[in-house]
Amino acid sequence: MEEKTAEIKQGARLVVASSPHMRSVDSVPGIMHTVVMALFPVVAASVYYFGLRALLIIVVAVVSCLVTEYAVQKIRNKPVTIHDGSAIITGMLIGLMLPAGFPLFGVFLGSFFAIAVGKQLFGGLGFNIFNPALLGRAFMQATYPVLITTWVSPRTVQKAVDAVSAATPLALWKFEAKATLLSDLFFGNVAGSLGETSVIAILIGGLYLRWKGYVNWKLPLGYLGSMAVVSGIFWLYDPLRFASPLFHLCAGGAMLGAWFMVTDMVTSPTTPLGQWIFAIGGGVLAIIIRLFGGLPEGVMYSILFMNAFVPLINKHTRPKVFGEGVKE
Amino acid sequence: MAEDSANSLWYEFKKGLWQDIPPFRLVLGTCPTLAVTNSIKNGIAMGLATLFVLICSNVAISALRKYVAVQVRIALYVVIIALFVTLADMFLAAMFPPISKALGPYVPLIVVNCIILGRAEAFAQKNAVVPSLMDALGIGLGFTMSLASMGFVRELLGFGTLLNFRVLGDWFEPWIVMILPAGAFVVFGSFIALVNWISHRKAAGSSSM
Repeated sequence: MEEKTAEIKQGARLVVASSPHMRSVDSVPGIMHTVVMALFPVVAASVYYFGLRALLIIVVAVVSCLVTEYAVQKIRNKPVTIHDGSAIITGMLIGLMLPAGFPLFGVFLGSFFAIAVGKQLFGGLGFNIFNPALLGRAFMQATYPVLITTWVSPRTVQKAVDAVSAATPLALWKFEAKATLLSDLFFGNVAGSLGETSVIAILIGGLYLRWKGYVNWKLPLGYLGSMAVVSGIFWLYDPLRFASPLFHLCAGGAMLGAWFMVTDMVTSPTTPLGQWIFAIGGGVLAIIIRLFGGLPEGVMYSILFMNAFVPLINKHTRPKVFGEGVKE
Repeated sequence: MAEDSANSLWYEFKKGLWQDIPPFRLVLGTCPTLAVTNSIKNGIAMGLATLFVLICSNVAISALRKYVAVQVRIALYVVIIALFVTLADMFLAAMFPPISKALGPYVPLIVVNCIILGRAEAFAQKNAVVPSLMDALGIGLGFTMSLASMGFVRELLGFGTLLNFRVLGDWFEPWIVMILPAGAFVVFGSFIALVNWISHRKAAGSSSM
């Protein structure tokens, strides 16, 4: 760059370059490492509530993702891109979406599926239709449906070999009509997946990402906002039967999903209108699954479901070029 | 001459076992391939029922090929196929009730299995009875092998058993997904990839020689 300006100053030569003329300083490794940083409060909260076992699961998931990515790219004779950090994030997210007692082989299997099938089969980073971490989690949900819903109470893992098993706040509400303290939900003192329980840790990470400019505010706002509106309507209709919007926002995977999975740059739409459609559709779907579906939680399936529509949304929300489509 | 025809008969038989193996290379008959392969036993039973129908219908259609008006051939083929499917269905229900129950509606659905109508259209109506028989044997055995191998993987990972005999110990936590439709698609895709990969390597090896 400096050489070119120097040349222009000297007037030695006319510089002709093709577009783009303005380049962002962002790079894929830069963005990915910022996301890893943003996930640290979440990891810290998971270790605080679920002990070193949480750290072990996250490390196994990250290592499995890296190894799988390396192996698949070696086998296919493609350039190895494990240094770009995207596999690390996928691994961290998979670990954060699993319960503390999940077997380590299952962690490996989910990570392998996420990277090999969810990402590399589609052509690698940037070509995958579905969020790889969520795909790995969904595969685990179908493979080990019992183990993945065997939750443990927070802060019991260190004290005893057999941690106390417990139901998540959403399952308590849905199947036993029991409410959970909002303060427990906010700080994360409830049973659930490792990284989804602590709302405040996720908010710190998410707002840090927003401050760095790597989160499009439309996506979490649309997702959480539509969840709040839809659950609010039902809550106003019958507050005894339906939980409050605040409960729905703080319980389950809503926060983790809204900040770290809905905002996935690869699997969310590129147009502003498309981003609204994607985020609001996902939020509405998550609440519908929570209120009327067979499962207590719907965040994972709602995001995966909307992922499938991203190409279609992109196609139909493409802004018109000025003058295009005007009747003569 | 005799050698020639023996060779070509052998070819008609052999092609169904690898080169034109129905679900993995032709991607035909995928409905039973996905639906009834959650155990080896079901896969083999389905494959053999299809093999029986395929042999009978190919031979019958080939024998009748000179007497059938072109305009109504499909209708006639379906009636012929339906006859043998009904025989197979009743035979299974009478002799092997548990298997018949496990396969459910998929035995009657052999009528609309596109492998059978496909062989009738593509082969039996143009060829003599003996080549048609060999063609049906090869394709049918290839189909049975495919279903059995799908069933092998799915039963092993989904239940930890082979032919209902427990082979993986208590340490093994069954992968429930393998006995669900999603697992069927994953295994099916893996087999197609494997078969393609092997034949690409074969092709590359033979061209370099």
